[in-house]
Amino acid sequence: MRAADLTTAAVLIAGGLLVISDSLRIGVGWGTDGPKSGFFPFWLGVIMVGACLVIAAKAYRRADRKPFVRRGAIAPVLKVLLPATAFVLSIHWIGLYVATTVYMGFYMRWIGRHSWALVVVVSVTASVVTFYVFEIWFLLPMPKGPLETYLGY
Amino acid sequence: MGFENLLVGFEVALQPNNLLLAVIGVALGTIVGVLPGLGGANGVAILLPLTFSMQPTSAIILLTSLYWGALFGGAITSILFNIPGEPWSVATTFDGFPMARNGRGGQALTAAFTSSFVGALFSVVLITLFAPLLAEVALKFGPPEFFAIQLLTFSSFVGLGGGSPIKSLVSILIGFVMAGVGLDIVTGTLRMTFGFTDLMKGFDFIVAVIGLFGIGEILLTMEEGLAFKGASAKMKPRVVWDTWRILPRYWRTFVRSCFIGFWMGFKPGGATPASFMSYSFAKRFSKHPESFGQGDIEGVVAPETAAHAAGGASLLPMITLGIPGSPTAAVMLGGLIIWGLQPGPMLFKEKPEFVWGLIASMYTGNVIGVIMVLAFVPLFAAILRVPFAILTPLIVSVCAVGAYSVNSRMIDIWYMLIFGVIGYAFKKLDYPLAPLVLALVLGDLAENALRQSLIMSQGSLLIFLERPISGAINAVALFFFALPVITPWWRRLRGVPVPAASPRET
Repeated sequence: MRAADLTTAAVLIAGGLLVISDSLRIGVGWGTDGPKSGFFPFWLGVIMVGACLVIAAKAYRRADRKPFVRRGAIAPVLKVLLPATAFVLSIHWIGLYVATTVYMGFYMRWIGRHSWALVVVVSVTASVVTFYVFEIWFLLPMPKGPLETYLGY
Repeated sequence: MGFENLLVGFEVALQPNNLLLAVIGVALGTIVGVLPGLGGANGVAILLPLTFSMQPTSAIILLTSLYWGALFGGAITSILFNIPGEPWSVATTFDGFPMARNGRGGQALTAAFTSSFVGALFSVVLITLFAPLLAEVALKFGPPEFFAIQLLTFSSFVGLGGGSPIKSLVSILIGFVMAGVGLDIVTGTLRMTFGFTDLMKGFDFIVAVIGLFGIGEILLTMEEGLAFKGASAKMKPRVVWDTWRILPRYWRTFVRSCFIGFWMGFKPGGATPASFMSYSFAKRFSKHPESFGQGDIEGVVAPETAAHAAGGASLLPMITLGIPGSPTAAVMLGGLIIWGLQPGPMLFKEKPEFVWGLIASMYTGNVIGVIMVLAFVPLFAAILRVPFAILTPLIVSVCAVGAYSVNSRMIDIWYMLIFGVIGYAFKKLDYPLAPLVLALVLGDLAENALRQSLIMSQGSLLIFLERPISGAINAVALFFFALPVITPWWRRLRGVPVPAASPRET
């Protein structure tokens, strides 16, 4: 926990410094008709850096040996995160609907070990329902891929 | 006074299509409340893009009904599965789950739903009475007063939120900074984009909510390991009837919890401490405190009444001042802006049919809610028996759809994923997420209030202290900010040991 706390504080301090530098670039003082654009973010950045230094100091002094993630608990987290990332990435090429089918099918088969019949029925139904609700009913278009183009959407 | 207005509101809320929307909202809300990883704030965020083309009044009725449904849904998982769907349901598990294990699940659920209904109704009645008065006062507010109220909102997260005050402060700042990214509409300057065109439009709070609460929560649930070993839910009309006959005995607990809930609830982050406080008060005043934790029905009544009174009360500052009291209210407030309404006290004058339709729908939504959950508990509980290998990818893809539909931008789905990881890490490191979301929603409003105040005063910060209302509110806000520093010192002075940190609201 200590290392994670320190890392987070360091990242936030770096972020705060970025905010401060960008605010200084566009001006933090009084313009012709009021405070300049950088005024508010500048002070936010200053307080943030100060607060994160306190957090870091507190975390540094504390001897906390508890790990950020329990041994053995990282696997289930990654088992969700990695397929989800692959799912988002695949939307770029094959569109959201096909990606949903593939993602759900893969997850159900790989993690859940469900029968192929159930996998196909659930994953296809999920996409088809999403398609009808968003594309047809509420007219909110989702990212589409070659299959939708082939079907004429 | 407000009663003719309320009648007009009921005319709106009782229109068949609005009643239907309330039913749909409650049903979706209960599902969302039962599912792990999806809460009220998230459900409202995902549904929000679907309401863009609706009438604002119908849209808000759908979303508030969803909110009530989510509150009811949280009780189902707490009692039957010992999994609090929301932080304010934690106290409900203490006695609710033992009751369910002893075969009194139906009784516990009836008590929980009835208490929720009573608590929410109490808040709605108070809102009906006080909202017009508060809006009347707020009409006299200028930018300094609005900035002061925002400061008060955020100071209460730092001072009263529980957990680490300095991390709450950092969460607020992160939210404000993210709200500032992109085009500054006042001066037309690009801020903190560092040359990336994707950053020009800034971060959408809906995407942030879906990522932080949705994806982040799933990751946490996975780490803790999913085990839905629930008690069975059998609801017989006979059980409901018998429970209703004994509940009036606890009228003192009901009244006390209603007041605790409302008082804690209209301040931000109040529902969770309200439920715990109400539980411990009920235990203290009970004739048989040893039965608490073993399945005492009073231990279900107290936290549920308070949590829902608080949940209702958190809508009061949103409709009167345009300042949300909870993440869910913040998302709804964002909705108001998208539907083209200006949140704040003027809403009562300009759009009475909207405000009063909303207030009236709180009555109808709760009545519909309590009937629906009592009738369909087994159905809702069955959702948690769906294997998690189906639920998890389904929730992730629903979140992705929700994030994309806000602006039809692919980058938002990536933001959602990143926010999910941030939410997971922040939750573990005790950085609270609710103030971050609130700051992200209120960022522009707060900054504009600050700028206008400074323009009024020619750059002097004294304007915030010299005007009487703003001065008084700011004094309270500064006191709350100082509270984490004062409290340990005060305790040491009196020789009281420091208590363990209370569980916090997300």
